[in-house]
Amino acid sequence: MTHDDGRTSADATTGDEKAAEGTRAADGRAPSRRSLIGWGGAGLALGAVAAGGTAAALRTGSDAQPAGADATTGAAITFHGAHQAGIASAVQDRLHFAAFDVTTDDRDELIALLKEWTKAAARMTAGDAVGDGAVGGLAEAPPDDTGEALGLPPSRLTLTFGVGPTLFEKDGKDRFGLKDRRPEALIDLPQFPGDNLDKTRSGGDLCIQACADDPQVAVHAIRNLARIGMGKIAIRWSQLGFGKTSSTTPDAQTPRNMLGFKDGTRNIAGTDTAALDKHVWVGEKDEKGKAGWMAGGSYLVARRIRMHIETWDRTSLKEQEDVFGRDKGEGAPVGRKNERDEPHLKSMLPTAHVRLAHPDTNGGIRILRRGYSFTDGTDGLGRLDAGLFFLAYQRDVREGFVPLQRRLAANDALNEYIQHVGSAVFAVPPGVRKADDWWGRQLFA
Amino acid sequence: MRALRSSAVAAVAAAAAVTAVAGCAAKNDGKGGGKGTVEVTATDSSCELSTKEFPAGHVRFAVQNKGSKVTEVYVYAPGDRIVTERENIGPGTSAEITAEVKAGAYEIACKPGMKGDGIRQKVTASGKAAGTAKRDPKLDAAVAAYREYVQEQADQTIPKAQKFADAVKSGDLDAAKKAYALSRVGWERTEPVAESFGDIDPKVDVRADGLEPGQKWTGWHKLEKSLWETKKISGDDKKLADQLMTDLKDWQKRVGKAEITPTSMANGAKELLDEVATGKVTGEEERYSHTDLIDFQGNVEGAEKAYELLKPVAAKNEPALAKELDKQFTAIHAQLDKHRDDKSADGFASYDTVSKSERKELSDGVNALAEPLSKLAAAVATGK
Repeated sequence: MTHDDGRTSADATTGDEKAAEGTRAADGRAPSRRSLIGWGGAGLALGAVAAGGTAAALRTGSDAQPAGADATTGAAITFHGAHQAGIASAVQDRLHFAAFDVTTDDRDELIALLKEWTKAAARMTAGDAVGDGAVGGLAEAPPDDTGEALGLPPSRLTLTFGVGPTLFEKDGKDRFGLKDRRPEALIDLPQFPGDNLDKTRSGGDLCIQACADDPQVAVHAIRNLARIGMGKIAIRWSQLGFGKTSSTTPDAQTPRNMLGFKDGTRNIAGTDTAALDKHVWVGEKDEKGKAGWMAGGSYLVARRIRMHIETWDRTSLKEQEDVFGRDKGEGAPVGRKNERDEPHLKSMLPTAHVRLAHPDTNGGIRILRRGYSFTDGTDGLGRLDAGLFFLAYQRDVREGFVPLQRRLAANDALNEYIQHVGSAVFAVPPGVRKADDWWGRQLFA
Repeated sequence: MRALRSSAVAAVAAAAAVTAVAGCAAKNDGKGGGKGTVEVTATDSSCELSTKEFPAGHVRFAVQNKGSKVTEVYVYAPGDRIVTERENIGPGTSAEITAEVKAGAYEIACKPGMKGDGIRQKVTASGKAAGTAKRDPKLDAAVAAYREYVQEQADQTIPKAQKFADAVKSGDLDAAKKAYALSRVGWERTEPVAESFGDIDPKVDVRADGLEPGQKWTGWHKLEKSLWETKKISGDDKKLADQLMTDLKDWQKRVGKAEITPTSMANGAKELLDEVATGKVTGEEERYSHTDLIDFQGNVEGAEKAYELLKPVAAKNEPALAKELDKQFTAIHAQLDKHRDDKSADGFASYDTVSKSERKELSDGVNALAEPLSKLAAAVATGK
């Protein structure tokens, strides 16, 4: 690390450094992860200007990184800020999400791990290796860093940390003296009709969401964090994702899900500060007393939604479009021309997915979706094990995902083609402010 | 079983600070009694040297066996690490051994009858670069003690293996099943050392999927399959039981001579946990008998032995690491204890009765121990 962690990416390198890196790249030699940060910095600087000045980026940290950041694939996303990166920041193309069980019962050991994790996360998101790196250390010892991201750019890696309900209390036991700090909004999700949850793909005491433009970078991050934590935590389950299914950048094309439809059109934009404050970030007064540590954080719901791909593929185009309430080509709502045209809900079937999920049907409820498609090969019956790994951030799960999913689970025509098979909920603390801050500090304070 | 892999112990030993390299004769100082030659005169009761101090570098050992027994001569670096050796020197014959010897203290041993520790003489190779000889004496003691442990395990295995072989040969299926897992304990405890020879492991511990094209399947697991899967002991199996004993006796004879260094001990301990992580925790190792847990226990015990011996140095260099290892060894033992079953022949539950979530717990426990254990070699290699 050569630059101060507290600085934004925009000024992470000097002009001279950038020029030097440029020369190196022009030599045709493979640029190192480190050297590419210079380019990332440059790209983000332009992005920040596009958003109305660097001041905005400084004010809210990583989450102010605007739509323009999409153009800077490979760059480094600022780790430190008021909110954690990986929520409102522009959605990357690849995901490795991991849920962990805490295996130690020693509070101090857990805190030490979170500090170590934070340090490693700050390094990896900047494009640096963990600890003393992957090579050049003692010949007799395994290297600190596993090495598969050597030579790769930072790839806009974001690492987002959350804590599950079981960290506070499990089997009636107050595990780390945190019971009275559990936020009321961190509920145990109710059973929804149609759920077929596999407990080995559900729950978790902690989670890390790793998003990056390059899957190798995301996998590297989870792998190294898991390794650092061995003996204190153990991976409970993890999910790889590709092809973001929604975007936090309204100007970008909405990506398609595995059913071939655009389904993230009405997502909250990462630049829409008002909507973020209203629907995503936990407010100062949301949680009373000892749960006040969540201010500036958010609540994450993760659902592994399996799609019955083969039966969907045998469904007529008309029915497919009726199920969603959109046309398949443009993504326009029923009776409209363009994707982003205001939908006319009443012209859709009462069971249409868009109609049921729309804020107008749900008293103005909005959640920030960040889901990914997944394909884990085939399932042993020859069926594609594929679907949507649904990730949604909200200010309060009780007012966000729960009522929305209740409505969908009861009525959605799409239910014939999907099944929720994994589920977890996490409280995602506010951002890591500066170099000596760490994930979960407010919780353990 | 890691038959297809080249010897990790030997590789690590070579990479670590081995003080001498054997077999480099090209730069010999000359024939017959030059500056770099040590005359070794061996009899049935003595081991005389022409000099006990010689310059470091390429040294030629000219051995004459004037005794009545076949002898062998070893040059040992501290910790009984073999610098060079020559076996089968017949009565009345001579042999030459050359080695590149760095400055430091060594021992030369003549072993009349090719048995035991031999008749030892302390010698010194003098020279400027004496640095490598200054190893922590505690580490030398650890290596010596570990060498003894390895030999002891092999010695104790032979009668247990014989009991198993005899049961197979008598066609007693039940007795053979009962003796099977117990015959493997000593092997499992010291597996990385056995593997360092390369040729023994593929004969005694190979699994069906580890066979090379054309390789005949011999050893424990072939018999395991007959006992539990085929449920019949064939004539060929009876021959294999004898073959197993021949191979194990070969192991017993050679295991004490393995090249062992503090780092190879530490890495061997980690490899034992790797064996657990890749073979036992999945149930692959004992796929017919499901006696994986006793192998698991053996691997952990062997790793713990190496660690306990290195601990005085490791705890001085890396106190936090030693603390963590103590904790994780205790934890893994507690986990294994949960699966004890007094009614089974080997004292553990059959692995096919261990549920998926219990296997996950065991796997997490192995990771928790193996990750810090992977740092042990560095902790003993770097003096602070």
